[in-house]
Amino acid sequence: MSAILVIEQILNGLQFGIMLFLMAAGLTLIFGVMGLINLAHGSLYMVGAFAAASVAGATGSFLLALVAAFTVAAFAGAIVEIVVIRRLYRAAHLDQVLATFALILIFSEGTRWVFGSFPLFLDVPSYLSGPVTLPGGIEYPLYRLTLIGVGLLVALGLWWLTARTRIGIQIRAGENDREMIAALGVDISKLYTLVFALGAALAGLAGALVGAIQSVQVGMGEPVLILAFVVIVIGGIGSIKGALIGAILVGLTDTLGGIFLPEFLKLFMESGAATQTGSALASMAVYILMSVVLIWRPTGLFGARP
Amino acid sequence: MIREGYINAIVLFGFLLIPICALIIEEPYTITLATRAAVLALAAVGLNIALGIGGLVSLGHAVFFGLGGYAMGILAFHAQNYIPVELGPLTINGTKSMPIIWLTAVLVSAFAALIIGLLSLRTTGVYFIMITLAFGQMFFFFSISWSAYGGEDGLSIYVRNVFPGVNTLVPIQFFGLCFTALCVALFVQSRLRASIFGLVLNSARQTPVRAETVGLNPMRLKLLAFVISGAITGLAGALFADLNRFVSPTMFSWQLSGELIVLIIIGGVGRLAGPVIGSALFVTLEHFLGEFTDFWHIWLGLILLLIVLFARGGIIGILTGKDGPHV
Repeated sequence: MSAILVIEQILNGLQFGIMLFLMAAGLTLIFGVMGLINLAHGSLYMVGAFAAASVAGATGSFLLALVAAFTVAAFAGAIVEIVVIRRLYRAAHLDQVLATFALILIFSEGTRWVFGSFPLFLDVPSYLSGPVTLPGGIEYPLYRLTLIGVGLLVALGLWWLTARTRIGIQIRAGENDREMIAALGVDISKLYTLVFALGAALAGLAGALVGAIQSVQVGMGEPVLILAFVVIVIGGIGSIKGALIGAILVGLTDTLGGIFLPEFLKLFMESGAATQTGSALASMAVYILMSVVLIWRPTGLFGARP
Repeated sequence: MIREGYINAIVLFGFLLIPICALIIEEPYTITLATRAAVLALAAVGLNIALGIGGLVSLGHAVFFGLGGYAMGILAFHAQNYIPVELGPLTINGTKSMPIIWLTAVLVSAFAALIIGLLSLRTTGVYFIMITLAFGQMFFFFSISWSAYGGEDGLSIYVRNVFPGVNTLVPIQFFGLCFTALCVALFVQSRLRASIFGLVLNSARQTPVRAETVGLNPMRLKLLAFVISGAITGLAGALFADLNRFVSPTMFSWQLSGELIVLIIIGGVGRLAGPVIGSALFVTLEHFLGEFTDFWHIWLGLILLLIVLFARGGIIGILTGKDGPHV
């Protein structure tokens, strides 16, 4: 096992983690501000990917496709918020789970109805395809490197938005005391729609970006959604910093576990059994990580102490 | 408005009547559908103990359903291939006997519920929902990557397992077994709800602060409720696997966990007959809408949305005019 392979896998894990962050940031923002658990976040990821694949198919432009993914997901999010989600803020968690589960059913089957069951494909544009040579002679796909860059830019943008703008002040105030900021004259229902649409747009963007390296299909959102849940449980619900660190931890654990656990077990097991046990353990690694974090800190790494 | 007791009696009687009518007019498929509904109802009754009495919103109950299914699958797989199960120094023969399989399913899922409960009950609210969901995924991915027992393809069992004195290959007799299991579980739930255990759990759900102020420690009771709940859902998993003579990782899927909650909410949370009504309606919808359109989940989603937004107590809530317990 060479150093180059290790660095490649670390970059892969980082890329996966950064994409998880785009999902987790929206989820944690929505939970932090509105106190809503949104299972349908994965559907918005799927909506973004489908929007991107259709626009790229029609126009051939990848940038336009990304813009479409961002806008369509934001609009879908805003509509869902106004029609359904708005009624759930005061409801019990069980109702939120069920209503957003119902939304998943509607989104998934609706998409299957419109686009069919076959996966769509979104191609990496020519100017981003192919490998680049990193210092040390490591060849790495340019597109994946771009994903890491884009994700970090979004993280920076989110930090700027919440820490340095008027909207950000309102969002943070809303997390602390929603009655008070409503009393101070902030239109809270508009703010909620905005936050929800922002979260949706990030999910849609992630869907489109990942859609170019995987296939775009119905049900693509849910596995990512559940990992994003793991991320925010690890990071602490409501914390964007926690989401970023949690996402990178989960991304690295998942990717490196799949490669290194079987190799590690081969040191003291026969090869076949090691591969078998290693891959089974690796598929559980992130959940084991989550359990360990929970035993240590029940509210996550950066969550508010009760 | 109708009293809940009457509804329970009518529902169970109707549940028994449909397969008997189907037997008389020789519609064996209807009996299979009724068996499916009874087994799903049993799984949901299990969840209803955690959810309705304990207020524990578990989005990972498919773990127990799947463990029950794999308990049956693994034991029957070894029996049909005449290979003993090797557990380190221990060697156990596979079996086709339902009582042994059921006992294994119940014990294994109760043990899993104990471990998962110990970890997840450290948290509450949204954390609890997400953690149970994550544990479900953990088992799902493990079953996919565990190729000794079929991996993603699952395990097929060629002949249904046997129960002393019953010919399980006859649909109505197998229905009888499943229906009896359902009735026993409902009896257990009604006894639990009326017991001191149930009352304390109820108070801990409704006013946790007050319960702690008077010196109750609901933690262990919640854990016990979670274990009983997991065990019953595990039994349902074993029966479900026997009904289909097939186990696969989809029994661990998070959609199934979601559907179990849906069954309860359609009928009415915390109600004795809630899961029974819910799963009867679910199987009926699945059958008839599924015949009419490939996209029946859209309609299920819409119905669910309407119930959550406008009819909090589910169908029993509408019939009795009372909301039922809040979770």
